[in-house]
Amino acid sequence: MDYILQVDHLDLRIPQRQLFKDLSFGIPQGALTCITGENGVGKTTLIKYLLRHINRESATVTINLTPDQVQYVPQLRNIDDDYPLSVADFVALGFKHRLLPWNTPRMKQTVADLLHETNLTKIARQPLGKASGGEKQRAYLAQALCAEPQLLIMDEATANLDQESKHELLRLLKRIMPQRNLTVIFITHDPELITTYADYELHLANQTGHLTKKEAQN
Amino acid sequence: MFYYDFMRYAFIAGIFIAVICSFMGVFVVARQTSFFTHTLSEIGFSGASFAIFAGFEPILGMLLFTCTSALFIGFSGEKLGRREASISVFSGLFLGLGILFLSLSEKQASYATNILFGSIIGITAPNLRTLIWLSILLLVVAFFLFRRLAYNSFDAQGAEFNQRGNRLVSIIFLLMLALTVSITAQIIGALLIFVLLTIPASAAKFFASSLPKMIGLTFSFVLIGIWLGLTLSYWTNWPASFFITVLEALFYGVALLKDRLLNNK
Repeated sequence: MDYILQVDHLDLRIPQRQLFKDLSFGIPQGALTCITGENGVGKTTLIKYLLRHINRESATVTINLTPDQVQYVPQLRNIDDDYPLSVADFVALGFKHRLLPWNTPRMKQTVADLLHETNLTKIARQPLGKASGGEKQRAYLAQALCAEPQLLIMDEATANLDQESKHELLRLLKRIMPQRNLTVIFITHDPELITTYADYELHLANQTGHLTKKEAQN
Repeated sequence: MFYYDFMRYAFIAGIFIAVICSFMGVFVVARQTSFFTHTLSEIGFSGASFAIFAGFEPILGMLLFTCTSALFIGFSGEKLGRREASISVFSGLFLGLGILFLSLSEKQASYATNILFGSIIGITAPNLRTLIWLSILLLVVAFFLFRRLAYNSFDAQGAEFNQRGNRLVSIIFLLMLALTVSITAQIIGALLIFVLLTIPASAAKFFASSLPKMIGLTFSFVLIGIWLGLTLSYWTNWPASFFITVLEALFYGVALLKDRLLNNK
């Protein structure tokens, strides 16, 4: 099996506490891996640690990707009700390789395609602040996809979503993964989502972690 | 009205102040650094007093103090500048320091106090040239930094993890802000620059949902405010700063009302 990311014998400490001891795992390429574990076990800290080690010499972390090929969708974002930018303009913030302020016709087409793919075309011109929770999450996803990532890390993306929006987001992810040759790490607490969509589960507990194969129904 | 040089200068200066405040203002508002902007002008005041005390050009003192603070906030994280307590501490401390330096120097304090209240009517030809140079410099930096600054300001959490050199972008912006506040505060006063950097852009975000439109609308709000304010001031002999502030507050009031009505329909 090919791994897009590998961790070998990692010890991770935060002040006053040992989070992980001799942690080793690999994230299988092209699959959806859910990272699970109790609150405070260190899921987000681990991910942030990995993000800092992209493309860097490290004895414990191997990620052979450029920083732009890894996109992280953070758990918390400061998008309040009067956030002004339109959904389309918010998505277009994700382009990384252009210096000039305006978008090229090709970039505009990419945004239009991404909005279509994530089912946001109808509200493309509406301020993101007025969008629903599910729509916001799909906009975050679309923004991350602007960078054409190979590895996408979503942190508790479904935490505040209703049943329907949760499943819509996950179905969307599973649909685009093979098309875009995308590997997804999904941090979640939701057992239902894991049994329905996960290809693998990395369960973190007692300062270590175990990767198990799941038979996703979808 | 245009018979007088100072009125002509003030009207022309209005255009460049509008350029500066529209480009900087939309980012200030998006980053929620309005109060740091206000604090910067007090820091500038204390820098100017320090310069008078130490015997060098006040503008250098302002730049020294504001840029140092901008670097400090940039390196320690902008969250610090948003915290209510640190705003009070900074504001109070620097106002106090300013008063100390002024009293120690035993010189004319009018220059330094002018920074706090300023006067758009007192603009001279050299002031105008300074404003034009500042506009050009900010436009050039903003042009090349636009995308990164937009990502950094309108999606701080996303940019923090996904944009390389993100912290540097923040620091450059804070330095631009320090430069803007220092230079404009000694020309039009800290009160007016605070009003013009924050209120018009806050109003514009209720009417526009793209960055170019927001900048354009902010530009109009600032320019209308200044021009109309100057005219009213000319007729009534009341201070122009008062009218400009009231007009900008009115724009914001209308924006809030519009938002309320639309959301309750």
